[in-house]
Amino acid sequence: MLNYIWGFMIVISIVVSLFTGKVEETAAGAAEGAAAAIESCISLLGIMCLWTGLAKIGEKAGLIRVFAKILRPITRLLFPRLDPNGKAVNSIVMNMVANLFGMGNAATPLGIKALGELNRLNGGRHTASDEMCMFVVVNTASIQLLPTTLISMRQAWGSASPGEVIVPVWIVSILAVCAGVTVAKLFERRRRL
Amino acid sequence: MRYISVFAVPVFILLFVAAGLVKGVGVYDCFAEGAKEGVRSMLGIIAPLVGLMVAINMFRASGALELISSALSPVLSFIGLPTEVLPLALLRPVSGSASLALVTDIFQTVGPDSPSGRIASVMMGSTETTFYTVAVYFGSVGIKNTRHTLPSALTADLTAILLSSAAVRIFLS
Repeated sequence: MLNYIWGFMIVISIVVSLFTGKVEETAAGAAEGAAAAIESCISLLGIMCLWTGLAKIGEKAGLIRVFAKILRPITRLLFPRLDPNGKAVNSIVMNMVANLFGMGNAATPLGIKALGELNRLNGGRHTASDEMCMFVVVNTASIQLLPTTLISMRQAWGSASPGEVIVPVWIVSILAVCAGVTVAKLFERRRRL
Repeated sequence: MRYISVFAVPVFILLFVAAGLVKGVGVYDCFAEGAKEGVRSMLGIIAPLVGLMVAINMFRASGALELISSALSPVLSFIGLPTEVLPLALLRPVSGSASLALVTDIFQTVGPDSPSGRIASVMMGSTETTFYTVAVYFGSVGIKNTRHTLPSALTADLTAILLSSAAVRIFLS
């Protein structure tokens, strides 16, 4: 999909530039874009390493396990038909906590494990169960306590207050998850009726 | 509200390092190991970012972005979205590296503290690369029929996109 988007963007740019008379600017834009990409990577690199380093400490310290207890009640709401002490719920909770703490490297394998458990409960069919859909929906909305990449980027581009967006991000992502979960629940109900 | 935002970063760092010390983790070694992973993932993103920033810059310099934006501006002003963030709203669910490039572009041209910079920040922070996530997770267990996953997940994305400008207006002005 990105192949088409990227290709069309370039072709359209050049065609449009012929009409707007901005051929020179467009060519310069290509070079500027390439330079800007490298600049931003370099200024981001240090701050990114800071966060991935911290995330690793949290991972090794077993923070995921500690916070998993707090999240359990939420899983009962989202997955009422799963055994609350079963393997599936356990992996789901661990994946959610890893996402919350921005441990992307730990979250994905945990999520794949959780989905494997759900797949086993589903009898290994090629059609997703309600629980699998719900799990992936919650993951695509990923609530993060500290949006580290974002804060790093704001810092790199000289924001006076890189962290000022944290609270609005929390509120918007919670509302977005609620919307996604509500739609998923409505679909589930419609199917069972 | 401001206080929570200001203290979130130091509290987060304290929590992680203190937890590491309590559990007897070699915090410094561990940090270095994690930082190395950061370098590796950053290396992976350089080349795609160059490609995407080239395309975005050309698109803007040629006037094509302006053309699309002015065509859509009645809709955008209705939902309170500045035209600069339109490409981000469209590409966010499709590609993580493309949205990273678009946010970089917005920060570079209008600054992270401008209204558009803030709206782009909230949008970026509150959504995920939906199509990629769905593909990775369902691909891992061989699910072909994803049923209502995409409509539900895209509803969440749309909600975040529509609310991000309102959130900036309410909390950051």
